[in-house]
Amino acid sequence: MIDTGTLWLVIVGLGIGSFALRFAFLGLVGDRPLPPWLLRHLRYTAAAILPALVAPLVLWPSATDGEPDPVRLAAAAATLAMAYLTKNVLAAMVAGAVVLTTGLYIVG
Amino acid sequence: MTTRGVKSPYLRGVIDGLPFLAVIAPFGLLFGVISAEAGLSVLDAVAFSVAVIAGAAQFTALHLMTDHAPTIVVLVSALAVNLRMAMYSASITPHLGHLPVWKRALTAYFLVDQTYALSSLEFERREMGVGEKFSYFLGTVTPICLPWYLFTLAGAWAGAAIPTDMGLDFAVPVAFLAMIGPMLRTPAHIAAALVAAGVSLAFAWLPYNLGLIVGGIAGMMTGAQVELVIERRAAPEEAA
Repeated sequence: MIDTGTLWLVIVGLGIGSFALRFAFLGLVGDRPLPPWLLRHLRYTAAAILPALVAPLVLWPSATDGEPDPVRLAAAAATLAMAYLTKNVLAAMVAGAVVLTTGLYIVG
Repeated sequence: MTTRGVKSPYLRGVIDGLPFLAVIAPFGLLFGVISAEAGLSVLDAVAFSVAVIAGAAQFTALHLMTDHAPTIVVLVSALAVNLRMAMYSASITPHLGHLPVWKRALTAYFLVDQTYALSSLEFERREMGVGEKFSYFLGTVTPICLPWYLFTLAGAWAGAAIPTDMGLDFAVPVAFLAMIGPMLRTPAHIAAALVAAGVSLAFAWLPYNLGLIVGGIAGMMTGAQVELVIERRAAPEEAA
């Protein structure tokens, strides 16, 4: 269970922080150009942070106490493959869910 | 495009944004359900979606909080996930930077993956005044951001009715992987993702989930370097 004070601190902090990130350039920088090296790094933010986040969750799922699980690995592989090949977020989520539920049903 | 004949920029935005409902609806529901599983009230869940309005960061924060990570780590990690919004902000500034500050603030609040992607595409494709661009942006917001609140609400309500032993723990990784796939557009993006994942795993022993930050920074540096190498190969004579 999450402590209520912590939860609201996170909601408010994250709300302000997210707005600051979105407003940073639009509001404060205006039309002044950014250094190319910075833009070059910012371009890969999402493509780097999300995999860094997801890799441990896939390899060491909390539901199995951190033991690698064939069904969850298969579901992850199916999701990523579908997402990469079709570029369709929804189709990929469906593929992952189908493999996961089918696999868990078979393994029991 | 089907919206070519539509005169009103606002309506064009609405029409272009509608297909994204297919992603927003299940994603918002999922956030509501997982919030309920984590013990959040309906009000907590909706407040979360209204304040932050960014799916991936919300899932990250929720996941880390259920893991009892320190609050500062929760905030830094979730904001790291949202860093790309700063990139969007920088990229949209040449188009909307001349608006009055309250309109720029409104734009900033609603600047999410889908509204950004649609707007930047439309602004490149069509000659528009700054007022028309703002109208188009608000058009995309209507079917993308507003339903995010409603589906969070619905999911949080339904949450208790959905059983927990169906592999729901793995819904978040699946949702993230589904979003990562389309991001892997170039060799540089793929290299960034692979290095970030590898380094994050290698440094998973670090406390406070710092492995995520180390992995993310390593991935960003990799992406930037690979892009440089590819550019130099593409134009070798210019480099001299």
